[in-house]
Amino acid sequence: MNERILMCGNEALAEAAIIAGLDAYFGYPITPQNEVPEYMSKRMPEEGRVFLQSESELASINMVFGAAATGKRVMTSSSSPGISLMQEGISYLAGAELPAVIVNVMRGGPGLGNIAPSQGDYFQATRGGGHGDYRTIVLAPSSVQELVDCMPLAFDLADQYRTPVLVLADGILGQMMEPVVFNKKPRRKLPPKDWALTGADNRKQNIVRSLWLKEGVVEQHNYDLQAVYKEIEKNEILCEQYEVDDAEIVVVAYGIAARIVRGAVNKARQEGIKVGWIRPITLWPFPTEQINKAADNFKIFLTVELSCGQMVEDVKLAVAGKAPVVFYGRAGGGVPTVEQVLEKIRQLTLRPENII
Amino acid sequence: MDGKRNDKGLPIGTFERLKVAQNSFCEELIIAGFGGQGIILAGRLLAQTAMNAGKEVTFMPSYGAEVRGGTANSMIVISDEPIASPLVSRPDSLIAMNKASLNKFAPCIKTGGLLIMNSSLIDSKPNVDQSIDILAVPADDIAVELGSQKSANMVVLGAYLQRRGLFRADDAAKSLPDILAKRYHKTLNINAEALQHGAEFAKRSV
Repeated sequence: MNERILMCGNEALAEAAIIAGLDAYFGYPITPQNEVPEYMSKRMPEEGRVFLQSESELASINMVFGAAATGKRVMTSSSSPGISLMQEGISYLAGAELPAVIVNVMRGGPGLGNIAPSQGDYFQATRGGGHGDYRTIVLAPSSVQELVDCMPLAFDLADQYRTPVLVLADGILGQMMEPVVFNKKPRRKLPPKDWALTGADNRKQNIVRSLWLKEGVVEQHNYDLQAVYKEIEKNEILCEQYEVDDAEIVVVAYGIAARIVRGAVNKARQEGIKVGWIRPITLWPFPTEQINKAADNFKIFLTVELSCGQMVEDVKLAVAGKAPVVFYGRAGGGVPTVEQVLEKIRQLTLRPENII
Repeated sequence: MDGKRNDKGLPIGTFERLKVAQNSFCEELIIAGFGGQGIILAGRLLAQTAMNAGKEVTFMPSYGAEVRGGTANSMIVISDEPIASPLVSRPDSLIAMNKASLNKFAPCIKTGGLLIMNSSLIDSKPNVDQSIDILAVPADDIAVELGSQKSANMVVLGAYLQRRGLFRADDAAKSLPDILAKRYHKTLNINAEALQHGAEFAKRSV
């Protein structure tokens, strides 16, 4: 299985999910992630597993809820407007502590927006998204290979912490092709799913729900969830850094924006500009400590996103006033070019006091 | 990708090797035309050929509302090193299959770059600077002569490969079965022939 295969992000993530032991996929078509359900519709039956095209995103996420309750590995995928429709179900999954993987191949919004790539769903993804006091783990790969690598991790994290996990991609990552290698990786050691609804033969009845009317029960449930979130924040932060130590400018970007930033930083380094980058791979939990540490020696932080500025708020919280944080982004399907980001970096070296 | 992973199982340092070696080989290419001209297929074939040759490659197709007659383009980056941005704003080479895409992308070509244009559909002289190597290929005419107008995309790709010298038209022909669905394998020969004719045209046009 070490052969390199040229695949688009959508198909690659679908195959990676199947290798990771996906039992059931439920989904409804939407551009730019249509290759996911298309691929699943062919491959899942071949593997003797469940593919179901539902009548709507609401149905998909509730099918995910039902199947997850039986202890199976389940997922759905959609793009921004479809993910909005799923928020009620994601909140229920969080409330009922059910593991599931939800892939969002983001497109331009708000509303139906367009089908171009975007990172406008950062707030929705990292703040829970639905109602209630919850978080979901958010993985933000920036290459097709990393999409492949993060799918088994997403399922493992979901099972380990009994929480929905979001994989946040965008139209470019979903559509672009790159060579990928499917390595079967060892799974984490996971707790038994003794909470699952598998038929209460010779054991106590299990109940999966998110409604508790008795006084104080939901309050305690919230504290229990928060304890899990603390564990996740302690153990699961992922981020990548490049030439931050000697940098005077640090660019923070995730997903496809990080690829564009890499191109710009490489060119800036060639021009002798001391610039590095930090790329959060988990958006929640956010690499607050890593960014805060980088701010110890005064540096200018530049956050680049395919939005009008969402992650930049987390970067500011992480920097905590130690250094200036500047934003550059394009929204609604607009994609910054390497040259535009490079120009922004150049400006910061010239007259930072006027720009900040 | 190498096997280096952090304790969470995700690859690390993938791009640490990306210390830009000035001389390391990197080609950024745009293929553009209207939907139905096989722009995406030509891009995929080049990407597959590059991968089969052991190169790093990214292929970004325009997607979504493209239909026959609309616009379509493929962005391809080929390199010895891991690739940063898959998006091409300043191409080393442009293959323009119609006038609209020539007008749109030709001004972006890097100094000293290469322009392959389909002179069957483009009658005007491109407005680009002197440094750019221009090769006009009557792709549709050559393809019609071969008996399949749909292979015009292979003709320009063959001409591009010959002129740029990255891979041989033959390498691309060998990669065809990897990207064509089985039901189209009956077109393997005609496509290979079109690639070859494109290459020969470029050879004669030196």
